[in-house]
Amino acid sequence: MEQEMVKPKLVIKSLYKIFGKHPTDALPLIKEGRSKEEILEKTGQTVGLRDVNISVQEGEIFVVMGLSGSGKSTLLRCTNRLIKPTSGEVLIDGIDIASLGDDELRNLRREKLGMVFQNFALLPHRSVIENVAFGLEVQGMPEEERLEKAKKTIKMVGLAEYEESMPSALSGGMKQRVGLARALASDPGILLMDEAFSALDPIIRTGMQDELLDLQNELNKTIIFVTHDLDEALKLGNRIALMKDGAVVQVGTPEEILSSPADDYVASFVAGVDMTKVLTAEGVMKNPDPVVSIVSGPRVAMKLMEDHGISTIFAVGKGKTFRGLVAVEDAVAAARAKKTNIEDILITDTPVTRPDTPVRDLMGLVATTQYPVAVVDENNRLKGVIVRGSLLGALDVTSNGEEDEE
Amino acid sequence: MNSFELPKIPLGDAVEALVEWIEINFAVVLDWISDGLDWIIEGIKYLLLVLPAPVFIILASLLVWLVTKRDTKLAIGSVLGLFLIWDLQLWSLAMETLALVLSSTLFALIFGIPTGILAARSEVTHQLVKPCLDFMQTMPAFVYLIPAVVFFGLGNVPGMIATVIFAMPPVVRLTALGIQQVPKELVELADAFGTTERQKLVKVQLPVAMPTIMAGINQCIMMALSMVVIAAMIGAQGLGYKVLEGIQRLDIGLGFEGGLAIVIIAIILDRVTQSFAPKRTE
Ligand SMILES: Nc1ncnc2c1ncn2[C@@H]1O[C@H](COP(=O)(O)OP(=O)(O)O)[C@@H](O)[C@H]1O
Ligand SMILES: [Mg+2]
Repeated sequence: MEQEMVKPKLVIKSLYKIFGKHPTDALPLIKEGRSKEEILEKTGQTVGLRDVNISVQEGEIFVVMGLSGSGKSTLLRCTNRLIKPTSGEVLIDGIDIASLGDDELRNLRREKLGMVFQNFALLPHRSVIENVAFGLEVQGMPEEERLEKAKKTIKMVGLAEYEESMPSALSGGMKQRVGLARALASDPGILLMDEAFSALDPIIRTGMQDELLDLQNELNKTIIFVTHDLDEALKLGNRIALMKDGAVVQVGTPEEILSSPADDYVASFVAGVDMTKVLTAEGVMKNPDPVVSIVSGPRVAMKLMEDHGISTIFAVGKGKTFRGLVAVEDAVAAARAKKTNIEDILITDTPVTRPDTPVRDLMGLVATTQYPVAVVDENNRLKGVIVRGSLLGALDVTSNGEEDEE
Repeated sequence: MNSFELPKIPLGDAVEALVEWIEINFAVVLDWISDGLDWIIEGIKYLLLVLPAPVFIILASLLVWLVTKRDTKLAIGSVLGLFLIWDLQLWSLAMETLALVLSSTLFALIFGIPTGILAARSEVTHQLVKPCLDFMQTMPAFVYLIPAVVFFGLGNVPGMIATVIFAMPPVVRLTALGIQQVPKELVELADAFGTTERQKLVKVQLPVAMPTIMAGINQCIMMALSMVVIAAMIGAQGLGYKVLEGIQRLDIGLGFEGGLAIVIIAIILDRVTQSFAPKRTE
């Protein structure tokens, strides 16, 4: 996935936001690394953001997560300048938005930035289609054209029959579909979503998450998604930034956050997560070492297994392509029979999986097979091996962590 | 204690001098305003009386029925009430009163809504406007009848001016309140989607504040109606004058008939304007 994302769409550089009348009073204290409470007590200024540096790639869902008050909304609103940062840079497509004049900023908001709000923010006096067409109307698009476009977008979010309904007649999930459609109608490159699903019931919420992922597959937007919910973050995020007291404490893929939390704060967040849902084969596999070349004889295979104290070994072809597995008893028998090639004794119906398979789906496989599971990429190259012990081990580590926290 | 007397500040004298000064120096302007306003009141009255009363009553009640989303009870009540006014031979007086109320309301809105918008958008304006409104609402209405008479003579025009001053505060207050109460998320929505200040006002703030603004308009009309009798004291015509006549002659019947006609008009206008304020549902 990483190779596809090359162009940074949004770059934030040493961004600070201090709320209060005298933000400059607080700056030196921040740079000294004083805590948020201390600074509030000493200067009366509230630290909103503290030296935030992030870079979001085009097409990425970048989740900003943290407890309430950690600065997530502030960060999101600095992105479209609803909040003016105290210092630092926000670059969208390489342009520093602080350098824009009023008109240019307005155009940027109209054309490049869509926003979805926690409480939907639908205009109560407008029908669904008029709400969705709002952004286009603000841009000055003629009525016929904008209603046409709005109609298409409404269809996309599955509300085709509700165009003329008033917001008050819709359920929460439907309201947020309208909110989403409104943000998508002007086809902005960046979508800013602030706790967009937090006001919804759990089941509807899960449905909306799935739908967002489906839409994203089609549209390939750059999405900044704010949430305080870890499960949501892990499900949606290509990468996650964890915030605490206005600072970003860790940025990484869901797996990186889970498997190597940067500090206790992250660890405490991560504790209690159902690891089987989020860990993938890649996260629990071991390096396949040793392997035996397909052109080797049975004695070589025997020797390698003997040296490493193992009873099976993977056989690989050119470029480490996965060919099969050799068991020690077969190798011994073949050596006795004076065979010179292991190809005859290769076991090829061994379980194979992909690096991004969730561990949840591996459990059954691992439990029912006597062989180690080979992890191969789309070119059939051997990437790793999963044995029952290492899988349970990986899950065990994290469940221990959970107990520590409680 | 009694021996010491605080020197009295000649506040009354000063106000009197100011009023006189305005009257002398701006006589032409005052005349011009007076003529203009009179023309408007007479114009509205003329329009109201163009149709024969029975036709007007039926059409008006039908209109009431439509704008109140088919409130049949109210429509029937309007028919009966208005026919009663006609039957009491108060029709043209009632239309004159209605003309006064409508033109006063019109001016109260023309000045009040923009002032309310400004007050909602700037704290400085808000701080300036607030004491003025308090003054307008608490100063007994009789007091500004006097300068109104000095500037504009006796008749409908000073009555209308006094009514505008008396009835405008709720429009300003509720317009400002309505705009300030627009949910923060909706204001953010406007900004995030790149509205100009004007678009934000017209497409988001005013429509969302409309129920509250309508409540202000409703209060404004009710207060304008309540000024009818007081305005009659400085020569405003219409039902108020009839009631005043009843008071002066101690003619209970006359006063009651005029008063009842005012009540009928008030109820109809109240229900109609209330129906314009959609219940907030979100
Ligand atoms: N307009 C504001 N004025 C003063 N303090 C604010 C303002 N907005 C946010 N804050 C403070 O900044 C911090 C971060 O707030 P916010 O970004 O809303 O957090 P989150 O969205 O993560 O819950 C909080 O301590 C909050 O009280
Ligand atoms: Mg927030």
